[in-house]
Amino acid sequence: MDNIRVLIIDDSSVMRKIVERSLRQADIKLGDVVEASNGMEALAALNEKKVDLILCDINMPVMDGLEFVKSLPSIANAKGVPVVMITTEGSEGHVVQALSAGARGYIRKPFTPDQVKEHILPLLAGTTV
Amino acid sequence: MTTSKVDLSGSNQRESWMALLGLAAQEVFSLMLACELQPSPAPIPSEGLDVTAMVGLAGSLCGLVTVRCAAKSAAVMASHMLGIDADAAGAEALDAVGEVCNMIAGNFKNKITGMGDRCKLSVPTVITGEDYSLHSMGEDTKIDVSMLLEGSPLLISLEVSG
Repeated sequence: MDNIRVLIIDDSSVMRKIVERSLRQADIKLGDVVEASNGMEALAALNEKKVDLILCDINMPVMDGLEFVKSLPSIANAKGVPVVMITTEGSEGHVVQALSAGARGYIRKPFTPDQVKEHILPLLAGTTV
Repeated sequence: MTTSKVDLSGSNQRESWMALLGLAAQEVFSLMLACELQPSPAPIPSEGLDVTAMVGLAGSLCGLVTVRCAAKSAAVMASHMLGIDADAAGAEALDAVGEVCNMIAGNFKNKITGMGDRCKLSVPTVITGEDYSLHSMGEDTKIDVSMLLEGSPLLISLEVSG
């Protein structure tokens, strides 16, 4: 899989870099990597750019991950783009909330590159040529 | 949200949570920093630990998780997380220790049956310097876990009301 354009949303710049590194370790060939520190910034970025994959934290200031996912249907560039939540909030209730809001996957921090691979590759297989 | 008091008065419960907090921290360092956190052979005093990250807990478990370390250790964390030299970490050292605290708090609460949905986490806050007093609403019970990161002290604390 080549040139995967990804949007990584996390209020921690360190965590955004770790997520990007984990994608590379999962043998996903990245194209543009767009970063946002909260849901509001991410929505603004999506109005400007198309991506193939969105990875999103839940607990963030300004706009949290669940609100962001709920807002995606109004964004043309987000149509059909899989969203995977990557978060410390790992309870069953949070997973159900995220999936109900429109997320396609859920990865709990701390995570391994193998877990990233396991959750994301199937989603990319369904969205890329 | 249903709330219930957390009773840590029993020594078994306290020992159990101390072990879970230590395990939660060791897993975070092993999985996300690719390094091992060693238990300290002696309790670590807070003197000299000039970086404090904290994450609030609200709900059934109400209080605070803190990670205290020296600035040098915060830089070591950033170094492991980002694959850079510790000397080059800069402001990312504070971001790193905040995120480590966040993951420890989340990993800890997810290890307690039924607590995941009944306890919310705040975003992390990081304080630098030693000359401050911290007053938590959850200071009825305090658990300290003393660890070593590459030989340097790391103090992980849980303060809860109950």
